[in-house]
Formats: sequence, C-alpha cells, structure tokens
Amino acid sequence: MNSTASRGRAGVIGFIVAETSLFAVFVVAYLFYIGKSPTGPYPKDVLELPILATICLLSSSVTVALAARALAAGRVARAGAWLFVTVLLGVAFLASTAQEWHRLIAERGFTIGTNLFGTTFYPLVGLHASHVILGLVMLSLCVVFACSGALRAVHAERVELVSWYWHFVDGVWVVVFTVVYVVGR
Amino acid sequence: MFVSTEPAAVRDAAPTSEQSGILAILHDWVVTVDHKRLGIMYVVTGLVFLVIGGVEAFLMRLQLASPGLTLVPPDTFNRLFTVHGTTMVFLVGIPIVFGFANYLVPLMIGARDLAFPRLNAFGFWILLFGAALLYFSFVGGDGLYGAGSAPAVGWFAYAPLSERAFTPGNATDYWNLSVLVTGFGTIATSINLIATIATMRAPGMTLGRMPVYVWTMLTVSAMTLLILPPLSAAQIMLLLDRFLGAHYFDTQAGGSAIIWQHFFWFFGHPEVYVLMVPGFGFVSEIIPVFSRKVIFGYATLVAATVSIGAVAMSTWAHHMFTVGMGGTLNSFFAASTMLVGVPTGVKIFNWLGTLYGGKLRFRTPLLFCCAFLFQFLCAGLTGIMLSVAPFDWQLSDSYFVVAHFHFVLFGGLLFTIFAALYYWFPKATGRMLSERLGRWHFWLLVVGFNLTFVTMHFPGLLGMPRRIYTYPADRGWDVLNLVTTLGVPIQALAVLIFVVNVVYSLRRGAQAGDNPWEAWTLEWATTSPPPAYNFAALPPITSRRPLWDVQHPDDPDGPHE
Repeated sequence: MNSTASRGRAGVIGFIVAETSLFAVFVVAYLFYIGKSPTGPYPKDVLELPILATICLLSSSVTVALAARALAAGRVARAGAWLFVTVLLGVAFLASTAQEWHRLIAERGFTIGTNLFGTTFYPLVGLHASHVILGLVMLSLCVVFACSGALRAVHAERVELVSWYWHFVDGVWVVVFTVVYVVGR
Repeated sequence: MFVSTEPAAVRDAAPTSEQSGILAILHDWVVTVDHKRLGIMYVVTGLVFLVIGGVEAFLMRLQLASPGLTLVPPDTFNRLFTVHGTTMVFLVGIPIVFGFANYLVPLMIGARDLAFPRLNAFGFWILLFGAALLYFSFVGGDGLYGAGSAPAVGWFAYAPLSERAFTPGNATDYWNLSVLVTGFGTIATSINLIATIATMRAPGMTLGRMPVYVWTMLTVSAMTLLILPPLSAAQIMLLLDRFLGAHYFDTQAGGSAIIWQHFFWFFGHPEVYVLMVPGFGFVSEIIPVFSRKVIFGYATLVAATVSIGAVAMSTWAHHMFTVGMGGTLNSFFAASTMLVGVPTGVKIFNWLGTLYGGKLRFRTPLLFCCAFLFQFLCAGLTGIMLSVAPFDWQLSDSYFVVAHFHFVLFGGLLFTIFAALYYWFPKATGRMLSERLGRWHFWLLVVGFNLTFVTMHFPGLLGMPRRIYTYPADRGWDVLNLVTTLGVPIQALAVLIFVVNVVYSLRRGAQAGDNPWEAWTLEWATTSPPPAYNFAALPPITSRRPLWDVQHPDDPDGPHE
C-alpha cells in the first residue's frame, strides 16, 4: 500500500467536487432567473445584507483551522476550545438565516411559491444552510469527543477533513452571498 | 466523519454465523462489504433488469410489428418506453459498469479492497432501493389521484411536461425519487473508486503502468462526480415544483421550458460516455490477450480516454438542436460533438493496431470484441451524421436516432459487457463458460441485433417518429417494422442461451485455474475465485504486464515501455 497517501483525503476531495457540482446548478438557476419574475417582491424590496452573519461564518473558517492545527500539535484542550468557538459562530450564522426567513415568510408572506425569485432563493440559501447544519453536527461531535477525552492527537487528520468540509461550506457562502445579495439585488 | 477506514471485509473470511444452509449464505451476502461480492451483486442485478427491460422492449416491438395493432394501449406504450429507457440506463448500464469496476479495479491495482468498503455496500443497496421505487410505481403510482400508474414522461422527463399540471399522480414522483436515489449510490461509488485508484495502488503500480481499464474507470468516475450532481439538482427542483409549488419549470410564472433540457442533458450526454468508456476499457484488456500482443499505443489510448472524458462535458446541447438555440450555440455543439469523434477514432486504430499481426485466438470474448468494433464504428458514424445540426433538424426524434443510440449502447456497450462476462467469469467463479454455447450466443445475438437495429434506421429516414404507439399502413414503414420486430426473438434466444450457459457452467464448466487465458494483468495472479484478501503475495510490478515478466524473466516488458 502507498502509505503516504490518505484515503480519507481523497474521499473528501471527491465529495467536495461532487457537492460543488450540485451547488453550481442551483447557482446557475438563480443567475438565469434574475430579473425574470413577472411579479414582485423583488430582491431589492425584501433582502438585507447579512453582514454580521457573513463575518461570523468566515471567521469560523479561521477558528476551525486553528483547532485542526492545535490538535496536530497535540494540544487537545485548545483544539476543543477552538472547535467550540467554531460551533458558536456557525450557530450564530444559522440564527441569522432563521431570522431572515422568519421575517420573509411570516411577516412578508414571501414563500417559495410566490414568484421565480422565491423559487430560486429558498432552495439555494436553504441548500447552503442544510450544509451548515451538517457541518455543525460533525463539529459538535468533535466538541463532545474533546470533552469526553475520546479526541486525541491521532485524530488530527480526521478533524482536518472536517475543517476542509467547513471551508467548503464557507466558500459556497461567498458565492451565494455574491450572487444573491450583491449581483441579484 | 469518523468512519473507520479499516478494511472491514476482513470479517468476511470468518464464518459470520453458526447456522448453515440457505439462510446463512443469504446472510453472508446481505451483510458483505467485500468488493468482489458486491461487484457480483451489482452485475447480477444489472442482468436481471436487462431481462426486464428487454421484455418491455419486446412488448413495444410486438405492438409496432404491423400497422394499426391494438395489442398495447397508447398510455401503456408511453409507460413502457419510459420505464424501458430508465431501466436500461440507470438499472442496467450503471450497475453493470460500476459492478465490474467494483470487482476488477482493486484486483487490477493489487489492492485489498476499495477504499471505503461500507460506503461501497451502501452504494449497492441504495441502488437496489431506487430500483424498487421505480418498479413500485406500477403498483403504487396511482397514488390518491387515480391518474396512471408507472411514469409515462419519457426517460428524460422533459419539464414542464413532467410538472404536476400535465402529469398528475405519483408515478412521475417515483421515477424522480428512483433516479435521485440511484444517483446518490453512483456518486458514492465514484468517490470510492477515485480514492482507491489514487491511494491504494500496489508498490510499483505507477499511473503509467495501470491497466487501460483502470484508466477508463478513473475517467468515468471523475466525470460522474461532475455530471450526476446536476441531475440530482434538477430532480430536486422538479420535486420542489411538484410538491412545494415552486416555479423552476413553470412557464406561466415566467419559468423556462428549456432549462430542464440543459440540466438533464448536461448529465445525459456525458452519461453515454460514462457507460461507453468502460466498454472501451474491457476491449482494451481483452483484445491484447487474444492477439498475444501488448496493447498498441498505450499512451495514446490513455490520452484518448481522458480526452473523451473532457470533450464529452461540452457536447450536451446537441440533443437540443431543434429547440432553436441560435446559430452560435448550434455551431459550437455541432463542432464539439464532431471533435469527440477524434479521440474515439484514435481508439479504434489502437485496437486494430493491436489485432494487426497478432496470433488471434477467436474465443468468445474476442468474437464479441470484433462485433463491437464493426457495430460501434457504425454507431459513431451515425453519431457524426446527427451532429450536423441541419441533418439533426430533419431526423431528430425519429427512429433514426433510436437506431443510432441503440447501436451505441447495445451494439457497443452490451457487446463489450458480454465479452467481459465471458472473459472474467472464470476469474469470478473458477469455471469456464462453454465455448460452444458461447458461439451460439454470439452469432444469434449478432444476427438478431443487426436485423433489428440496422433495419430500424430506415423507417427513421422515411420519417417515422419515435414514441408513437402505432402508425397507418400507407407510409411504407410496415415491412421495415416487421423485420425490426423479427430480430427481437432471435436476440431473446441468444440471451436465453447465455443464461443456460451460466447455469450449466456454474455446475459443470471446466475448471478455470488461475489464469485460463494466459493473461498478464494482476487479477490473474491470484486464485479463481480470489480469496477474501485477494492476494497472499503480489508479483513484482515493473511494467504494464507483471505476469508476462514473471513468465519471461529473460525478456521483461519494462525496457520496452
């Protein structure tokens, strides 16, 4: 066996490529339908820039990288702390999305069926949010393992792979933010 | 995330239960994570669905045998061609292609198993679940609405036709979920194959020494990662439209009637290569062994494989010349489609160059490969004809197109699959298939196939559209259709002979030994069937033909490569 190459890394890269391809189609659909809704509301009427949420999510990429680096250096408690901060930042992002959706759906009555904007907006942002949730589940498990003592330095590569996924989720958000809140607004 | 990557198949070697008999055997097969067993289950599943899809085709051909028949009612006919197409692509082509890859890739690169054995088992069982969903629609497709059972929207289910307004009931939803779910399994298996080929090659097995078949599977897996998620995305959009009132494909709300076609064919056209390129891999393994020569132009063959994969990603809209995309796009997709013929032509010359001057052994696998060469060349030529946009305007959605893609997938892919089955059956079972029955199988299939599908081109040229359940007698199509139908029982007989051959040979076939064909790749270095751990010891790998080097230490391949 080729001992230097890691199956896990290859697998996660493949997974991220497939996920990129999945997101690309939702992004293309969003771009294709910008300005094609025959009726309102339009993005500029209802969308506000989620600046704070974006800062939270992007900085969580830094904290998860710090966690992976700490674990690689054998500092488990420090890694656990950074993982916990990452989870907090991710939850803050999700809370912001939840607040936005509540405002749009409950207060404005704007749903997936309202017009083409709603049709393309909710699945794109929702697909990203579901990936954030999946990432949070994995990160929270890491935190639990760190607390229980099950997380050790030998698991550095696995935590690094979680961090790769989390960076990917962040990268997708950069695209979604640009497309939905900058280009489409 | 914390999936263990230990080779879990180790446990297969030990008896998993104290019971014996059929239940214990069944239990062993259901819980297995061994790539060889999963590969066999994939291939057997594919062959079972080949028979089912064949029966559906047979019913359609009976209905079309002569004008004005009322054997199959029109709505049933729509369901038959929908389920036939979906079955053949998703439940026959994909399981057989990825099943062979499951079985062969680890053996060919000298690995113990795939990188993620449990993920591999997941891929198979989710595929079987998807298959059950599709066929359950015959029973449960009525849903609460009583509107039809089994999907009737064609295998590419063009939206908005497949929207709830035009296709009520749940049959289309079963189709949708089935394709979505089998797609997840295929993506998982592709990731698995890439990780295996990237990280688990035996010492000495450099990329440049990998068998061509492994290269084809690497290309195909990479393509799958790029094309299958877009199909899943389109399926999800259709589900959102049908269940949550979204408007992706709803033209009344400003949605596009075209964009589904782009999404679908962005998957659908490369998918043809995902199915066909592994067939090229089979041929590239079999022809050298039966010509007693090294493959001619290994590097060009590999380069052509990867080029096909790359160019095939930008040919999809040649399925859409008739929607009115405009001159620029039509020209682009016509040109890219012709371009993909170049590396494909290179491969034909590789195979001919390998056969040329070889000591040919005309055993059944080589017979199927030779028929493949002729038939696939014809398929490629009609493909080039159809890539010319004005020609396509004339013949789109006609029987000419149906004949073209059946030449690709039946005359091309299925013939290579049969070649592969005859070639690797001894490895998987330890028994040879009967040559005598194999020849009957081959000749009947060649005659039946060509009778049906050569003839089928002509009603298309005479203007017969596809997907019609009957036709009037005065169009000059009737004799041609009768001949087309007459080929079907001959093919059915050929497949029956194959089934008899398998059943007979499993019990009475000659013992194969480790290397019955005197082949040179690593899978023949272990016993037939291989043990759960694949290899007790690997030969040194210093060239593309390790077993040649073992047999001819005075003349190793390495210096010639």
